[in-house]
Amino acid sequence: MTETSASEPQPAGFRWALWLPLALFIAFVALVFYGLVRPADRTIESALIGKPVPAFDLKPAIAARPGLSSAVYQGGKPRLLNIFASWCIPCAVEAPQLDELGKQGVAIDGIAIRDRSEDVSAFLQKNGNPFARIGADNVSAVQLALGSSGVPETFVIDGKGVIRYQHVGVIRPEHVPLILRELKEAGL
Amino acid sequence: MAAIKPKHQRLVLVLIALVVLIAAGLLAAWALRSQASYFYVPSDIVADPPEADRAVRLGGMVEEGSINTDADGVTIQFVVGDGEARVPVRFKGIVPSLFVEGSGVVAEGRMGSDGTFIADNLLAKHDENYVPRELQDMTEHQAKQVVAEAVEAPAQ
Amino acid sequence: MIAEFGLAALWLAAALAALQLFAGVMALTRPGEGLGAAVRPVAVVQGALGVIAFAALMVLFVRTDLSVKLVAMSSHSAKPFIYKLAGTWGNHEGSMLLWVTVMGLAGAFVALVEKRLPERTMLATLAGQAFVSLGFYAFLLISSNPFERLPTPAPEGNGLNPLLQDIGLAFHPPTLYIGYVGLSVAFSFAIGALVTREVGPAFARAMRPWVLGAWIFLTIGIAAGSYWAYYELGWGGWWFWDPVENASLMPWLAATALLHSVSVLAARNALRAWTVMLGVVAFSMSMVGTFLVRSGILTSVHAFAVDPERGSFILGLLAINIGGALTLFAVRAVTVTEGKRFAPFSREGALVFNNVMLSAVLGIVLFGTLYPLIAEAMGAQVSVGPPYFNPMSALFVVPMLAVLMVGPLLRWRQDNPGRVGKLLILPLVAIVVAAGAMVIMGGVGVLPALGIVLAAGLAFASLMPLRGRSLKRTPLAIWGMVVAHFGVAVSLFGMASESAFSVEKLVAVRAGDSAQVGPWKVNLKTVQPVAGPNWTALEADMTASYKGGARVAIRPQSRSFWSPPQQTAESALVTRWNGQLYAVIGEQADDGRWQLRLWWKPFVTLIWYGALLIALGGLLALIGRVSSDLRRIIAREKIAYRRERQGR
Repeated sequence: MTETSASEPQPAGFRWALWLPLALFIAFVALVFYGLVRPADRTIESALIGKPVPAFDLKPAIAARPGLSSAVYQGGKPRLLNIFASWCIPCAVEAPQLDELGKQGVAIDGIAIRDRSEDVSAFLQKNGNPFARIGADNVSAVQLALGSSGVPETFVIDGKGVIRYQHVGVIRPEHVPLILRELKEAGL
Repeated sequence: MAAIKPKHQRLVLVLIALVVLIAAGLLAAWALRSQASYFYVPSDIVADPPEADRAVRLGGMVEEGSINTDADGVTIQFVVGDGEARVPVRFKGIVPSLFVEGSGVVAEGRMGSDGTFIADNLLAKHDENYVPRELQDMTEHQAKQVVAEAVEAPAQ
Repeated sequence: MIAEFGLAALWLAAALAALQLFAGVMALTRPGEGLGAAVRPVAVVQGALGVIAFAALMVLFVRTDLSVKLVAMSSHSAKPFIYKLAGTWGNHEGSMLLWVTVMGLAGAFVALVEKRLPERTMLATLAGQAFVSLGFYAFLLISSNPFERLPTPAPEGNGLNPLLQDIGLAFHPPTLYIGYVGLSVAFSFAIGALVTREVGPAFARAMRPWVLGAWIFLTIGIAAGSYWAYYELGWGGWWFWDPVENASLMPWLAATALLHSVSVLAARNALRAWTVMLGVVAFSMSMVGTFLVRSGILTSVHAFAVDPERGSFILGLLAINIGGALTLFAVRAVTVTEGKRFAPFSREGALVFNNVMLSAVLGIVLFGTLYPLIAEAMGAQVSVGPPYFNPMSALFVVPMLAVLMVGPLLRWRQDNPGRVGKLLILPLVAIVVAAGAMVIMGGVGVLPALGIVLAAGLAFASLMPLRGRSLKRTPLAIWGMVVAHFGVAVSLFGMASESAFSVEKLVAVRAGDSAQVGPWKVNLKTVQPVAGPNWTALEADMTASYKGGARVAIRPQSRSFWSPPQQTAESALVTRWNGQLYAVIGEQADDGRWQLRLWWKPFVTLIWYGALLIALGGLLALIGRVSSDLRRIIAREKIAYRRERQGR
């Protein structure tokens, strides 16, 4: 091979140009890193944050707990509203975290989406029942009004009935402090 | 054609490449400023409307009872609101299936001169984590039957 | 059991990758201790273990083993067999496993086959390959274990995105992945060459088949993805400049540039540092593309499950791999001596032009794709679409295609415009005729008209390298170049024709009514419900007749899947030699009329036929290069063998 001939002196302009790709790449990483750490929720549902809970009145999903109406959120204390369903596997995953929040004295309400009473009972028996009230939303009407697009989703609602925070997806153990902080800010 | 005999052809090549790439970058930055389509919610549009004919996207909730179909059967009019402001939207085309009253929508298009938003495209949010009740009720036997039928009668 | 077996294979493969890296580095720093001899066999075994792990996951998916989390999350017992199989890679974990498997296989292949490079460069290359693989193994094992079990088996799986239940799409991601990962070999070769400073024709020849192979897969993958979006999304378009599409286009642009600069390096020993950098950039673009798609930092119409946490992990990998490689490049490229010189008007000059233009387009696409992020950092939410990408990329593609007419006719080092001018008479006539036709027709937009004129010129110019050659004796590599460049002309003509001459009709009709679109008359007979394995649909029973000719039955559907519930528009297509009729059915209005959207798209299919020609050209070149390499190797072995016998 002829490659390793005596090296000629390199022009200075060429030398700094060699660092350009790296510089561009570092700029890329910085930008993308920003993109990753920025608040993840930028869907249009967040338009409801700072807005009052839409008015609704749902029948009880199971006999053991009362139904849920938006009047509950005028009680002066912040509450957590969890949208779940017995057929939803991720909902079972987040159940321990909801239990944990319940043990810490957070008032939690549930809305069961397109579900049957006996299925909900069985689900709660198996995964624990931290809910004070559970409303049945068989046509997803309230879910849509809340701007929720899937299950599970969780809302922090303050004592005056204003939505303060929306958590899309499973509440994982590392999210518990976040939820508690949002509840504190809402006046817990 | 005699070769220009630069002492360092490599330097010349590097410089040419750099100039072209920087020109491309500047051009791109300029084009993006005028061509990127900004995201608006209805209250933004009411407070500070974009110039007519500039491509923008409008996001919000489709108001209950606001969807009306014109006589041609393919043009629909509806109102997008965010709780504060409302913007009338006109769309000609086939709406996505998740587009229903009371749910979220993103409309791509531009503001018309009459204050109506002319949408070229509607995007409704999709959902992936979802299992319907119908399927849970299906026994394994039934499921197998369905598969067997599908294998016997492939794509119709 | 199978899940644990697969996981064990995966751990072993990761351990072997670590060993491969360690042995490679040790052999490089302390030659003579014999560790170098271990590197090749270890690479081969590592590749085999990856295949075993992937096969285990496939078995789990085919059996729909619902005790495995990944299967429960993304498969379903009622799904047709082929989609169960495709479910293996139709999700994040499975696709990452496919990624490392293909990477391991590629490493094994290099270790088995590549004998031309100096041993030290080979060691550095395989160590580099192991280093990159190791990152992905860590990613799989730590944050996305595909074999994870559920505490209790799920009663039924969660389905698969119905948009992805399509035979084209089932095989689309693996095709792209093979392309992406094939470029990792080019990346490792570049690292190896930088470490040992052996950048030259031998390096280029070793790297070329890999670049060609990866490029062929990327070309097919992009074309297939584009066709899928065309008929599945039901929007009538074939390219949306969506982040997911751009993510596959960027590595292709880089690989195309690399392909051309590699041939300069192989033939003329010029463009050394540049080629090495493109080798790094091409695979970097593959990783960046995968990262952008998987991390969810850019939103896309192609719904993929996304997860920012995994995004951080891949970003870390990216930063280490690409940042490290670029640093090595900056430090080492200074010592890569300048290659042979050439005149501006020469084959090299044209290829440099091609490379600079392709890089500019790459920059334009990358910048436009990332711009929503940049804007968001400045507090505005934007999206960037065709009004930016189309004119901006055309600005650089048009001059590149103009030079493409001339470039392949030029001689290496230096050429004479007079000689080449004579070869260009026929293409110039074609250009003038096409331009005249455009003017007479009138009403065609500037870009589409320019596209048609360029396509006409390029179609003839691309065949000129065959002039004066005996067609039988022309090397396959030349045939490959001609076919690929002709394919560019064909594809370009399809694109330009689609945008210039498409006719669209949007109507609401009652059963029994007709609608006219271009030369087609479409009649809606009835709309009826039909059922498939995991969907139900409203199917329109329609007939279409071209210029009053025979009626063809077409059946567009509005399909509803149940698991997960989602609706898709299944378009119906009627293909003729001169274009396609494209029909979509929409909703039923309150008065009972059905919405129909119809397009007549003249010559639209040429877009994908052209792309197939481009890939075929690549394949011809690959066969030509590999077989001549093999012949050379066999000849050398023969000589060695004869010498040995004489020596006795």
